[in-house]
Amino acid sequence: MRIACPFCGERENGEFTYLGDASPKRPNFAVDGGESPERVEDAFHDYVYLRDNLAGVMREYWYHGGGCRSWLVAERNTVTHEFVSVTAAPGAGAALAAQAGE
Amino acid sequence: MKYSIFSLAKAALSGHKGWTRAWRDPAPKSRYDVVIIGGGGHGLATAYFLAREYGIRNVAVLEKGWIGSGNAGRNTTIIRSNYGLPGNTGFYELSMKLWERMEQDLNYNTMVSQRGIINLYHSDAQRDAFARRGNTMRINGIDAELLDAEQIRKELPFLNYNNARFPIMGGLLQRRAGTARHDAVVWGYARAANDRGVDIIQNCEVTGFVRDANGRVTGVETSRGRIGAGKVGMAVAGSSSRVAAMAGLRLPIESHVLQAFVSEAIKPLIPGVITFGAGHFYVSQSDKGGLVFGGDLDGYNSYAQRGNMPVMEDVCEGGMAIMPMIGRVRMLRQWGGIMDMSMDGSPIIDKSPIDGLYLNAGWCYGGFKATPASGLVFAHLLARDEPHSEAALFRLDRFRRGAMIDEKGQGAQPNLH
Repeated sequence: MRIACPFCGERENGEFTYLGDASPKRPNFAVDGGESPERVEDAFHDYVYLRDNLAGVMREYWYHGGGCRSWLVAERNTVTHEFVSVTAAPGAGAALAAQAGE
Repeated sequence: MKYSIFSLAKAALSGHKGWTRAWRDPAPKSRYDVVIIGGGGHGLATAYFLAREYGIRNVAVLEKGWIGSGNAGRNTTIIRSNYGLPGNTGFYELSMKLWERMEQDLNYNTMVSQRGIINLYHSDAQRDAFARRGNTMRINGIDAELLDAEQIRKELPFLNYNNARFPIMGGLLQRRAGTARHDAVVWGYARAANDRGVDIIQNCEVTGFVRDANGRVTGVETSRGRIGAGKVGMAVAGSSSRVAAMAGLRLPIESHVLQAFVSEAIKPLIPGVITFGAGHFYVSQSDKGGLVFGGDLDGYNSYAQRGNMPVMEDVCEGGMAIMPMIGRVRMLRQWGGIMDMSMDGSPIIDKSPIDGLYLNAGWCYGGFKATPASGLVFAHLLARDEPHSEAALFRLDRFRRGAMIDEKGQGAQPNLH
């Protein structure tokens, strides 16, 4: 498995560290925002523990620690290990992100 | 047909032509009391214990491939009960006791060999942690011995004791641990379950669940048609999320690939199982002579049943660090299996939130040694609708309650367990 880093080019996957599914979003509740504790608990349980664990193309975070040290978002097929795309994660690689207007 | 020295002698005299098949190949019936999805060790053991201990014999085991084609044939065959946390300690010792009488119970040679396991330690902190684990084991009636470097040297003189980063200071030994023949375990359970009336249906992939008006699961859709069921049990570790998704469930599980390796056969060298956890390497020697070894997960989600080069290199480096003598041994083959990595590193054996559907999942990379106990406690759950006393903590809602069984202390990081 080789990963085409948008900053460094194609590199072997040993240079990268995996974080996992990029889709879970941290629940955003205001302290004492009036939300019921059960709902807050449900949302955090869902976010921290539950996964779609897709068999197929999945969006996921990779960190290029052995190269440019950028966080990347890859679309990868978990059944074939084929990469569909690799892009900078929002906030990764300031120059590229700035170009993208983020 | 009962296997014994006499049946073997009789068959030998008639040119081994008298052997009959070990289990039937039935067509699926339209309905069973219990349908178990997954014909690996756990599913077959569950069916066996349902029939033997709980008197439920109208049972089918559905396997999408053939018996033993999944993780049952991809593990590194180690059995042990050297766990330290409540929940794990008793459960794995129950499993060890079932291993010790398995061959008599099943009338099948599963080649259970209690050749011992040594977990090496390399620092004061690691020694203290192992001492604590060993004490926990002994308090619970499990054998454990803490060895120092000299005692290890007597057992394993060929290790590298002078590694600058990880000098061997000693190890935790469980003598009753060892290995078993993984295929024979599956075949033995299949044969014993079949003898008690269980239908083992191969090449039968579950494609969906049948639900009634109240949402209760009342059967499964399969590649060989609809099969009704009083209860459905899932024992499909590696693919739990995929099967659960057919019922609309999301699980606290990620599927990861774990690789294993076998060298060419060499003369007897390694007496038992050696784990070099600090270096991500463990090894044993099979009865055929091959060194069977492995290390860490590849670390990314995968259903591919194959891994990548960086982990192969990492595992072999670990082996070279602790056993430099294996450098000239050639690797024979290498493969990957799909692990159900749960969020705390421990299994889930529980009713699902859906009536009629029961879960046996999240075995991480420890499923093989658990096979007999997993079958027994899952059969108990299916038969009685309440958890077995030794599996009472393996609940699906433990993550929500904060009652995790986190043997490695890694938190909610499935790829680290």
